[in-house]
Amino acid sequence: MQPHTIGSYDADLKELDELIGNMASRTDTLLDEATQALAAGDVERAQRVIAADAAVDQLQHIIEEKAIATIARRQPVAIDLRHIVSTIRIANDLERIGDLAKNVAKRVIAIAAQPASVKVASSLAPLAARAREQLQNVSAAYLNRDDRAALEVWRSDGDIDALHTSLFRELLTYMMEDPRSIGFCTHLLFCAKNLERIGDHATNIAETLHYMLTGDMLSADRPKADESSGVDPKLEPHKI
Amino acid sequence: MTMATAATPAIGSSPSVSVPVARHATADTRGLVEKVTIRNLDFFYGDTRALKSISLPLYANKATAFIGPSGCGKSTLLRILNRMYDLYPNQRATGEVSFDGEDILSPKQDLNLLRARIGMVFQKPTPFPMSIYENIAFGVRLYEKLARAELDARVESALRRAALWEEVKDKLASNGLSLSGGQQQRLCIARTVAVKPEVILFDEPCSALDPISTAKIEELIDELKKDYTIVIVTHNMQQAARVSDFTAFMYLGTLVEFGPTQMIFTSPKDQRTQDYITGRFG
Repeated sequence: MQPHTIGSYDADLKELDELIGNMASRTDTLLDEATQALAAGDVERAQRVIAADAAVDQLQHIIEEKAIATIARRQPVAIDLRHIVSTIRIANDLERIGDLAKNVAKRVIAIAAQPASVKVASSLAPLAARAREQLQNVSAAYLNRDDRAALEVWRSDGDIDALHTSLFRELLTYMMEDPRSIGFCTHLLFCAKNLERIGDHATNIAETLHYMLTGDMLSADRPKADESSGVDPKLEPHKI
Repeated sequence: MTMATAATPAIGSSPSVSVPVARHATADTRGLVEKVTIRNLDFFYGDTRALKSISLPLYANKATAFIGPSGCGKSTLLRILNRMYDLYPNQRATGEVSFDGEDILSPKQDLNLLRARIGMVFQKPTPFPMSIYENIAFGVRLYEKLARAELDARVESALRRAALWEEVKDKLASNGLSLSGGQQQRLCIARTVAVKPEVILFDEPCSALDPISTAKIEELIDELKKDYTIVIVTHNMQQAARVSDFTAFMYLGTLVEFGPTQMIFTSPKDQRTQDYITGRFG
């Protein structure tokens, strides 16, 4: 794209992108660390995740302030307006992803006393890996302005939903087999839900990015495959 | 020209999964009446072709903004609508400009009548060097013979329409030139409104005004839309975004893009429109 006649306007937008890049990379690290802590029952690592989330929250505030100041100073329109509004929305989704990773870390600490939990927790690894992949792909799509990649992320959320549904069933089975597992399995169910929600936020970012790049809004009825709520998603018209 | 359309297929959608798109604004023009229809309009200053095959509608009771860089032809286009170019030699227009079905460009067109039906407000306020009252009554007398009381009522209602009445009602005999710039511009709007036009053309109406006077004029344009069809040429893009319902972006004598203002300022379809409105031009 051509540069603005006013160079400092481009500098404002570049700074916003760098902040988003920074926030995305910190969020990715949080998710990676939380996942590793979960797989290993590593309480210390989980505590580091909890502490590190504050920096992600702080970045969200910085991005919001920068975006609002840029709107006030530049009165952006068209792609610039969509870009700046998108940074606000994306920062919000990244902040939520950071929170969800933190919640997983908190539950790692809660179940650490039960050694049996670590073996079951390993079942969550594929879901965590997919959620992280979605986050990484959408972050790269943003920085590369790649609409195709954004749509790919948007379409792929069904995989995460399917993994979540199957984990839900698996954990139910453990709980029925051995009622002593109910405590930590319930925590793990929440962890699975948090990871599934991370996938949803990655999808939100993909929708925002598509809007930013094209001006078109993706509709709410993206492919869904989460049946853990017991309702066939195909029977739910226009669920928002 | 790119006419912004309701639904464009999303880029990169795979054949297996369709990507539904929901437009936040559509180019839905149902229920709108074309007050003026411009078709294949060309304009020449001597041998120079200043407008090239312009076609666009001006909808009744809507404000349409013409935007574009200097020399793009937006003021030329505006001046065709009331045949201002007839005042100058070697200027001619070809094509069709239909105003309620009647061709404005026709040699048989009565220009005085046309200019009463299509009024114009200029960049710099141009009050006549006479009283505030006479500034308004003067134009009315050219077209109508009104009794004194009727004329008084017409002057008052025009000044009210132009949101100037409260400020001048006690000094109608004062010279129009004694008013502030913003008041003078509203006086000119009152003068235009007094002859009961159907279309009002604004050529950079706020470029010589302070922000408060500008806001008053913009508020007025919003109000005037209820009764008139408004066309505004402006260099101030935020102003176009604020006051207009439709926007036409012109460049080098051609109409590049025309569509609902909301769409032009959030997702223009043409790269040149985007570059211009976002400040990336040239």
